[in-house]
Amino acid sequence: MLFRILSVTATTLALAGAAMAQDQSIIVQSTTSTANSGLYDHLLPIFRDQTGIQVNVVAVGTGQAIANARNCDGDVLLVHAKSSEEEFVESGIGTARTNLMYNDFVIVGPDDDPAGVGGMTDVQDALSKIAEEGALFASRGDDSGTHKKEMLLWGDTEADPTAASGDWYRETGSGMGATLNAGIGMGAYVITDRATWISFENKQDYAVQVEGDEDLFNQYGVIPVNPEKCPSVNSDAAQTFADWLVSDAGQEAIADYEVDGQQLFFPNAPEN
Amino acid sequence: MQSMGDALGLAVALVLSGDADLLEIVLLSLRVSLTATAFACIVGLPVGALVAIGRFRGRSAVLIVMNALMGLPPVVVGLLVYLHLSRSGPLGFLGLLYTPTAMIIAQTILIAPIVAALSRQVIEDLHVEYAEQFRSLCLTRTQTVQALLWDARYSLLTVGLAGFGRAVAEVGAVIIVGGNIDHLTRVMTTAIALETSKGDLGLALALGIILLGIALGVNAAVQSVRMAAVRHAYV
Amino acid sequence: MTYAPLADCGEETAILPLAVRDLVLRLGEATILDGINFDLGPTGCTMIMGPNGAGKSLLLKLLHGLIAPNSGRISWGKVRPTRVTSRQALVFQKPVLLRRSVAANIEFVLRARGKDVARRDFLLDHVGLAHKAAQPARLLSGGEAQRLALARALATDPEVLFLDEPTASLDPASVLAIEAIVSDARARGVRIIFVTHDPGQARRLADDVVFLERGRVAEHSSAAEFFPEPQSDAARNYLSGKLLV
Repeated sequence: MLFRILSVTATTLALAGAAMAQDQSIIVQSTTSTANSGLYDHLLPIFRDQTGIQVNVVAVGTGQAIANARNCDGDVLLVHAKSSEEEFVESGIGTARTNLMYNDFVIVGPDDDPAGVGGMTDVQDALSKIAEEGALFASRGDDSGTHKKEMLLWGDTEADPTAASGDWYRETGSGMGATLNAGIGMGAYVITDRATWISFENKQDYAVQVEGDEDLFNQYGVIPVNPEKCPSVNSDAAQTFADWLVSDAGQEAIADYEVDGQQLFFPNAPEN
Repeated sequence: MQSMGDALGLAVALVLSGDADLLEIVLLSLRVSLTATAFACIVGLPVGALVAIGRFRGRSAVLIVMNALMGLPPVVVGLLVYLHLSRSGPLGFLGLLYTPTAMIIAQTILIAPIVAALSRQVIEDLHVEYAEQFRSLCLTRTQTVQALLWDARYSLLTVGLAGFGRAVAEVGAVIIVGGNIDHLTRVMTTAIALETSKGDLGLALALGIILLGIALGVNAAVQSVRMAAVRHAYV
Repeated sequence: MTYAPLADCGEETAILPLAVRDLVLRLGEATILDGINFDLGPTGCTMIMGPNGAGKSLLLKLLHGLIAPNSGRISWGKVRPTRVTSRQALVFQKPVLLRRSVAANIEFVLRARGKDVARRDFLLDHVGLAHKAAQPARLLSGGEAQRLALARALATDPEVLFLDEPTASLDPASVLAIEAIVSDARARGVRIIFVTHDPGQARRLADDVVFLERGRVAEHSSAAEFFPEPQSDAARNYLSGKLLV
C-alpha cells in the first residue's frame, strides 16, 4: 500500500515536472480586473493559436502582483498603477513599461443614492459629498491599483477618510469582487474599474453614480520581467507576449472584447 | 440574491452537462488533496504512534504543540510555503511555485499535524489495551508501532478522512502557492473564491454544492469500509 | 508500579531453576507482596493459589518481568539480570487478541519473534482452531479466544509458560480443552506456572502448589502433600470453602 502511495506521488511530481519543463509557457502576474472581466479568456486562446505559447495568469491585486514579480515569480507584469510600475522598471526588475490599454473608474452606489451624488461628473466633489454626508464607502484597502487610485482621488479633497475608518469608511482589505460584494451588502459606495463592474454578476440595486471625470482614467501597462535580475524567467516568450499585446493584432483583440455589448478595454499602445 | 434551490439546480445541471473544465477542476482537487493526505499520513502516522507509546521528557509540551498545530491557519501555511518556493526563496530553484506540487506541499504541511495529533490519541487508546501483551511478547518499539498502526487502521482511516476534509476544503494556502491558474492550478475552492469575486454567487454556490457532494462521496466510501470492519470486530 | 524497560528482553537459555527471595511489591500505601520466598525446579507444573487479593496475578507479572519489585530478588537460572521475558510466555485471564484473523494473530507472533511462519498451521491445529483460521479473532467465543492466546504463547517456544486464571468464566468443555493443551506442553518440557482459583483444576494439573495469603507464601508443598493434608490454616480453610478475611 505504501508503495502504491509513493508511486502515485512520484507520478504527480513527474507530471508537475513536465508542466514546468514545457518551455513555451509563461506566468503573468496580473491585476484582477483583467482576469475577472474575462479579457484573458478572450485574448489568450488567440495568442496561443498564433504563437503556441501557454500563458498562465495569476490574478491578484496590483500590489501583490508587483511584489510577486519582484520575487521573480512571474515573467510578465500586467497591472494598472503607473507610478508603481515606473518604480518597478527603475529598480531594474522590469525591462520596460508600455501603455497597453485603458478604461475608467466609476463610483457605484445603491439606487436610493444616500449621499445624492448620482450624475455628478466631478469625482472630488462627489467624494467630498460622500464624506460630508457620512455615507458608507467601501474601500479596497489592499494597496491594489484601484486602491492607490482611490487614495490619490481622496488626496485631492479636504476629506480624510482613513480617520473615519471603521465608521462610514470601510476598508475591506480584499479584491475588487469581494469589495463589491461587501459594499453592496452594506449599502456603501464603491470605486471600481468599469470592466469589473460591467462583468460583475451580483449588482442587485446598484448602478454607476459617478463617471466621466478625466481623473477617473485607468491606464493599464505591461512590463516583461528582466532576465538579468531574474534568470528563471522565460524572457523570449515573455517579450513575445508583451510585443503581441501592443501589436495591431493584440490591440484589435483587446478592442474586440465586449460584455453585454459594451467594450471593456480601449487599446492605446503607442504606434509601432 | 440567488436562492439555494436555484444553486442546487445549477449544480445538478453542471454535473449532468459533464463540463470538461469542471471535471478538470474536480480531478485536480482530488489529486492534490488525496496526495497531500497520503503524504500527511506517511509523516503523521508514525509521529503520532511514536508520541503515543513514547515516555520521554517534554512529552506534554510535544502534545500541546501537536494539538495547537491542528489549528494552523491555511493562509499562514500558504505564505510560508510561498516564501520558500518563490524564485527569490531558498527553494526557488526547484521551480515549484504555481504548480500542483506546491499545492500538495502546502496542504501536506497543513494537515500532517492533524493526522499526527488525532492518530496519537487513537493509537494511545489502543496501546492501553495492547501494552502489557506486547511487553510480554517482547516486541521491539518498531514492531509495536507497526502493529498498533495496522490494528488501528480503520480508526486511522477516519483520521485520514479528517485530514482530507480539511485539505480539500481550504482555499487560503492553495490560492497563494497555486495562483488559481486556469487549467493548471485551479481547484474547487479557488474556483469558488473566483466566482464569488466575480459576483457570480449562484455559480459559486453550485460549485460549493458539488464540493460538498464530493466530500459526501468520499466519506460514504470510507464509512462503508468501516462498516465492513465493524462486522469483523476489526475496529 | 514501575514498568521494566523494553530493553530487558534479553535472550538467555536455561533460565530455570527459579529462586525468589524476600520479594516485596507496594502499590501506593498498600503492600501487595510482603517478603515472598520460594524455589521452583526445572520441570513440572506449579499452581499458585490463594484468595482474591492475595497478589497472585502481580506475582506472575513480577516473575515475567512486566513489573519491577520494590525490593527482593528473582533469580532465574541463578543468573542476573533477572529479566528473561523472551524465554517466557504469559496467557492473561482476558486474552488480548489483535484486530486480525485467527491465523494472522499467530503469524504476527511468529514473524515478530523470528520463528518459522509455516508453524502457524500446526499451532492452530494443535489448539483445535484450524477450521477458524480465516475468521476474525475477536469474534471467537471465550474458550476459542483463550485457546488462540495459548497457541500464540506456545508460538514463542517458551521455556516457562505463565497462565493467569485462563479458564475463569469458561464452560467445562473449554476448561478441559485448555487443560489438555497445558498438560501437553508440560509433557514436552515446558515449565508451567499457573494461577487458579479452582481447587479441582489445581488437583488435575499440579505437581506442586504455592499458596499465597495476604502477600505472603502461606505454604509451598507438593500436590501429593497439599491436597490431602494442607499444612497451613489458610490453605485448609480455602480448600474447605471457608472465606478468609
